[in-house]
Amino acid sequence: MSAAEDLATHAPAVEAVPKRAMTLSAGTTIAILAVLVLVPAFTKNFVIFQLTMLLIYGLAVLALNILTGGSGQFSLGQSAFYAIGAYTSAILMEQYNVNYVLTLPVAGIICFGAGFLFGLPALRLSGVYLALATFALATAMPQLLKLGFFEPWTGGVQGLVVTKPDAPFGLPIGQDAWLYYFTLAVTVAIYIFSINLLRSRSGRAFMAIRDNEIAASAMGIDVSLYKTLAFGVSAGITGVAGGLGAIAVQFVAPDSYTIQLAISLFLGMVVGGVGWLPGSFVGAAFIIFVPNMAENISKGLSGAVFGVLLFLVIFLVPHGARQIAIVGQRLIGKLKKS
Amino acid sequence: MELFINQILAGIATGAIYACMALAIVMIYQAIDHLNFAQGEMAMFSTFVSWQLMQWGVPYWGAFLITLVFSFFAGIAIERVLFKPLAKAPILTQVAGFIALYAIINSCAGLIWDFTIKQYPTPFGSSPFLGSQLISTHQAGMIGITLLMLLGLFFFFRYTRVGLAMRAAASLPESARLVGINTSWMIALGWGMAAAIGSVAGMMIAPVVFLEPNMMLGVLIYGFAAAVLGGLTSPFGAVVGGFLVGIFENLVGTYIPGVGNELKLPIALALIITVLVIKPAGLFGRHIVKRV
Repeated sequence: MSAAEDLATHAPAVEAVPKRAMTLSAGTTIAILAVLVLVPAFTKNFVIFQLTMLLIYGLAVLALNILTGGSGQFSLGQSAFYAIGAYTSAILMEQYNVNYVLTLPVAGIICFGAGFLFGLPALRLSGVYLALATFALATAMPQLLKLGFFEPWTGGVQGLVVTKPDAPFGLPIGQDAWLYYFTLAVTVAIYIFSINLLRSRSGRAFMAIRDNEIAASAMGIDVSLYKTLAFGVSAGITGVAGGLGAIAVQFVAPDSYTIQLAISLFLGMVVGGVGWLPGSFVGAAFIIFVPNMAENISKGLSGAVFGVLLFLVIFLVPHGARQIAIVGQRLIGKLKKS
Repeated sequence: MELFINQILAGIATGAIYACMALAIVMIYQAIDHLNFAQGEMAMFSTFVSWQLMQWGVPYWGAFLITLVFSFFAGIAIERVLFKPLAKAPILTQVAGFIALYAIINSCAGLIWDFTIKQYPTPFGSSPFLGSQLISTHQAGMIGITLLMLLGLFFFFRYTRVGLAMRAAASLPESARLVGINTSWMIALGWGMAAAIGSVAGMMIAPVVFLEPNMMLGVLIYGFAAAVLGGLTSPFGAVVGGFLVGIFENLVGTYIPGVGNELKLPIALALIITVLVIKPAGLFGRHIVKRV
């Protein structure tokens, strides 16, 4: 091979999304929130559990969306941070008897730290290389969790069983319903935080880096700081989601957090539309309900269905749910006029 | 000292597998500038095809050849149908495409041949090789086949017109098109060859790790590590990287206490990140300069 330095021009890593197109209008948001608050009154416990998981995965996808849609970096390793968050919550609750509410901020902070640290070497990587490094992280995570060294805390291959919290103050609702409302509150808080983050100075810095790194640094943005920060924030939110997930599922084990989970979250982001925050929850619904339906048809089919649908999304609606939402909005606008 | 030499020999033997895998990864990277995350699954699927052929009574080398040809055309078909339309898409879309392919192949193999572990025959036998305890005839055969493949690729790229055209299409697509090379088909050819090389890797490793749909994940990560270490732009580097990674894995496992099989994947992770941070171009790779 020649030692000559080659020139390469690359397609942008992620297509730009205008800031305004990242959220829903206030009216729609309130309507959706109202539905989410009322739903548990009319459904069975299992459905409530599924909705809780939907919100949790939605948070994890949202975190990935901030990283990819916001700052233009990839991660196929979100399952690793989800696992760290889940284990932090589970260990604190079961080994140290910490209240479950308090474990979530701890999980968030630890994952923020882990993400920030992982972001440091990742800084020098972009595009496919970053995807590769995070892919390796996700595949390595279950083995790290199984290590004999951590076994006194993590319970090794066996994992840990987590007790489900009761509703506080003697509220007359079941455990599932309480957990659902608790998750909903956390989700709303983080959603508002994310929207504000992306509208803030930092958010603009993320987007500037996403669209053109060199132009961003020429404008005085500290590229390395904001890139690692995006990684940290994304990992932190994923960690909170992981903690909630551990409480909801009542069980953590190394093999629940394999590369399959990372792929699911990635898929959720693509389906929901990269850079469109509400889409995260559409994507989450997709990754929760589609495998169930596929397994009903034939066992082991979910992977194939996932893959085929992912290709369909890439080819037919490359902007995911956002594109469909925009088409819907236009249709409604036309109907109003006529 | 005896132990040290034996461990290096064993490392070279495992390294041969990683070298095969890395070779396949580099082939596609050369052609399209992307890492194929589904490479391992494609190899796994090919291996299942050869297993199925043997179940139907085809002799080993017959099945081997049929699988090579099948993989070659399957690779080309995948490129033509799924990835050619995505050639101009953002990186994210392409990564999503690879991930989708990964999920589809993994799940289909599970559906067709289910998830139980299967024995896979070796054509070389498994007696000790030249009286050594650590290296079997199968492993020696594996090393031989890897080197043979590398030699074949070298001659192909160096002395044939198609090989020259592929190199031209990879390094300067615009100019290559101007001199009449069909660059689009060169990419498809790259996919086909990568799939065929991957299938050899799969058939060589299956007797060691046993045949099942998830058998390639660890190998793929080590293949990535090897390709990154050797330099993603150099097939020769990929093979050297493969052997180095194999030796490294064995030595670390032997001499550092507490590092056993259970830390296999984290070692690969550490290796990938270290190389990417310290020397992103790898040992034998070219430096790529981006124009803004």
